[in-house]
Amino acid sequence: MLDPATATLLSVENVNQTYATGSGESRKLVLDNVSMTLKTGEIVALLGRSGSGKSTLLRIIAGLSRPTSGTVTISGQPVEGPAEGVAMVFQSFALFPWLNVLDNVEIGPRANGVPLDETRQRALKAIDIIGLDGFESAYPKELSGGMRQRVGFARALVMQPKILVMDEPFSALDVLTAETLRTDLLDIWQEGRIPIKSILMVTHNIEEAVLMSDRILVLSSNPGRIASEIVNTIPHPRDRLDPPFRALVDSIYALMTKRAETAQVAPREAAGASLALSLPDVSTNSLAGMLEEIAAPPYNGKADLPHLADSLGFEIDDLFPLGETLQILKLADFEEADIKLTPLGRRFVDMDVDQRKKMMGDQVLANVPLASHIKRVLDERPSHRAPASRFREELEDYMSEDYADRTLRTLINLGRYGELFAYDEAAQSFSYENPE
Amino acid sequence: MGAGVRSSVMASGVTGFPMVDSIASAGRRVLPNQWDLIAFAAIMAVLTAIAQSYHGISAPLPRPTEDVISLGYGSLPYYALRTALRMFAALFFSLVFTFTYATLAAKSRRWEMVLIPILDILQSVPILGFLSFTVTFFLGLFPGNTLGAELAAIFAIFTSQAWNMAFSFYQSLRTVPPDLEEVARGFRFSGWQKFWQLEAPFAMPGLIWNTMMSMSGGWFFVVASEAITVGDTTITLPGVGSYIAKANNEGNWSAIGAAILTMAIVILLYDQLLFRPIVAWADKFRVELSAGQETSTSWVLNILQRTHWVRMAFQPLFAALRAFSLLPIRLPRLAPASASEDTQPSRVLDAVWILAVLAVAIYAGWLTVQFIASEVSLAEVMHVFVLTFYTLVRVFVLIMLASLVWVPISIWVGLRPRLAEGLQPIAQFLAAFPVNLLFGATVSVILYFNLNPNIWLSFLIIFGTQWYIVFNVIGGAAAFPNDLKEAAANFRIKGWRWWVKVMLPGVAPYYLTGAITASGGSWNASIVAEYVKWKDHSVIAQGVGSYIAEATDKGDFPKIVLGVAMMSLFVTLFNRLFWRQLYAYAERRLRL
Repeated sequence: MLDPATATLLSVENVNQTYATGSGESRKLVLDNVSMTLKTGEIVALLGRSGSGKSTLLRIIAGLSRPTSGTVTISGQPVEGPAEGVAMVFQSFALFPWLNVLDNVEIGPRANGVPLDETRQRALKAIDIIGLDGFESAYPKELSGGMRQRVGFARALVMQPKILVMDEPFSALDVLTAETLRTDLLDIWQEGRIPIKSILMVTHNIEEAVLMSDRILVLSSNPGRIASEIVNTIPHPRDRLDPPFRALVDSIYALMTKRAETAQVAPREAAGASLALSLPDVSTNSLAGMLEEIAAPPYNGKADLPHLADSLGFEIDDLFPLGETLQILKLADFEEADIKLTPLGRRFVDMDVDQRKKMMGDQVLANVPLASHIKRVLDERPSHRAPASRFREELEDYMSEDYADRTLRTLINLGRYGELFAYDEAAQSFSYENPE
Repeated sequence: MGAGVRSSVMASGVTGFPMVDSIASAGRRVLPNQWDLIAFAAIMAVLTAIAQSYHGISAPLPRPTEDVISLGYGSLPYYALRTALRMFAALFFSLVFTFTYATLAAKSRRWEMVLIPILDILQSVPILGFLSFTVTFFLGLFPGNTLGAELAAIFAIFTSQAWNMAFSFYQSLRTVPPDLEEVARGFRFSGWQKFWQLEAPFAMPGLIWNTMMSMSGGWFFVVASEAITVGDTTITLPGVGSYIAKANNEGNWSAIGAAILTMAIVILLYDQLLFRPIVAWADKFRVELSAGQETSTSWVLNILQRTHWVRMAFQPLFAALRAFSLLPIRLPRLAPASASEDTQPSRVLDAVWILAVLAVAIYAGWLTVQFIASEVSLAEVMHVFVLTFYTLVRVFVLIMLASLVWVPISIWVGLRPRLAEGLQPIAQFLAAFPVNLLFGATVSVILYFNLNPNIWLSFLIIFGTQWYIVFNVIGGAAAFPNDLKEAAANFRIKGWRWWVKVMLPGVAPYYLTGAITASGGSWNASIVAEYVKWKDHSVIAQGVGSYIAEATDKGDFPKIVLGVAMMSLFVTLFNRLFWRQLYAYAERRLRL
């Protein structure tokens, strides 16, 4: 596949993307000056966590969104509007439920005026390549997840694109199904049975990126930037247990935790009691569970992240939010590709329920500026009540509506658990009252 | 059935277990805002304009002769056919309206600002109040021709169907899944292709369910609109409704019985041959991809789908439709593509638009007030206000009474799956049955026992509409999760506590769906139920319904406009301030 005369197929230059924030005036940067290229014959993985703008970048490349500034060109042609040489595979499959498999595959060419018999020929060929023979008249509802995603692939292939873009195509599938689909796709690709010139995939699964791609672009979060580029030369077929494979996975983990750390520290240094700290979507039970898991053998207080993810069946989007929250609360710390309990974290594990609640409350109050801010407001007011909207608006000065919402929700959760305050969902207000 | 939150209706599990996924407008907005006022003014002004045009066109129909309708049983199948055809004609216009009005509202932000509040108010306007305007209008269009009368009847049914269909379609268009939207854009579908390949199919289940419910409700209106007197114009269209009107005039019991039987057969056929097959077929358009969902079945559909030759025969038709829907027609864009979420809409244009709409609305409101004031004094307005209050009390008390009786019984039935399976379709059937067929006969009883019409006529109001409560609550109780039932039994929760803490909250959202529909239908029914004729007697209950009905009989248009406006106002406020609040609460707190 690796043609020596590797031509640049796609080039993305200085792309910025912003969205209006809650307050309207200020704009949140989603992609910050992103440049990348895609050459003929390679598979490139965009690896990043939620909030890194990797899906946004993919949609800009496919011409589904327009960047605020910067350019995208495919084979020298600028992309303006849905690009002709690009076909997309969706995380959610995005099949039309009212069309059967054959109609779903044929809809693209037919809508674009390809004659009926040529469409049929192309569709049957794509269905054959992707292993869907016999399912032509089935409706998506009748298919398993794996088969649905095969329809997603066939539907993209039949468009005969130059570039196949895939938005976390395997993340809605169970582990075994995902692995089968990955290897099948790699086989088809390596045997050159499809006219696709190159593949760009978005993923948050580090092992998937290492398994499939020739090049990995790691995106940092908030705003999305290309933080590093890793060339993956491990020969195919790749074995997950192979030491070079493990080493590459470990190094990528280390790369990503390091940045998680700096990203967290920066805002707190910036302003004294800044509210800019956004909290991920985590529950107190999973926090406690994670601490217990790390404390128990075989980790005994220090766990290798890839291992931990593997044993818990987690991907980085499950693991990192928990780890980061523990870090914010000073109960655990990242160290290269490891996560390590702090002395406080070790004590937490040995406590009973009431003590845990107390400690969690104290740590939230001490380390999350928003928590102390809410408490101060409640103390100041004679009624000891305050509407949630007020804090949401304050948060929206620093982050998007979604993030503000999520942060507030997580904090309410932590605050309730730590008995810092009560929250009345119907009235949307904080108070000290609890039912007698 | 007409006035009220009818729109709201009720996507419901067709096999019988209502899922009630949306009270269409409940979530959006609760208190009336300026747009509602504008819409209100505009609608009333249009009605006024139609009524005024009548004075210019006065072209009387040839005096209706008594022998237009024959009470012979032999003619009943023909009448039933005519009645059914009227329904389908109205359905056709409702679909045309839905595809244009709702699409425009969904695609253009500025039109949406105007069209949606109008729709919202329209569904609170009592349809039967409309009748007098539309009859005069259509008769004026085709003087001396029955086509005018036919169109008037069709229009009355149309107004009972169109609003909630349009609402359902609009809401579906606004909630097309973003990933499918992206596929459509990725494949560079034209607007035409996208509409037929994505938007219309996606809206199909909701639209079909609402259409079918509308059809059910429509029988009431087709019966009411076939024989009507406005001033000195009397219309008698061949149909079951006219048949029963004549039977009532003559007090002919056996003819009444025959008409009721005919109607029952027609509705049964409609249900089995049309409703169920289409709803079952529409299941394939549901987007949720889980297989375990309850699906509807229909023996007719099974037969059609399993016969090879029927499918073969339809193959070319489907292929042609498909090719048609895939034509690369590029319709002009109504609004800038939603592609870039950042495009700032022009404030200046918005302001101009809003000012224009406001000007029209103010002028319309002024026109209406002037028209009413031409004949009606302030004292009369106060009088109508009081009358409307009577009707409000009537509707409210009767819904509460019906709830007291039916909710426990329905829960009892719903908890017994075999029983529920059998009884729920019957309740659904009863809800579709046009009970106004029975009004005359019921009134004869009131006359016979010399009962107080103010009290006893009231019951007619919920005659037909109580079944909405019944079948929704049965559905809710049947869908009540088994583990919660077991938990209640395990913790020995019994007696009133079981009702208050377990069962009633569990069925509340379903109950409210039923009650809101019933309430809307009852307002409409009041126009026919508060003023009933039997032989040469008129039995009247004090209320805005009888006020409108009497004014219609006399052809007194300012009074009709006043009555309809007042009733619409009450219905709108009653819905917004009472039902929707309750529904929003139930959705938030009690949805299982």
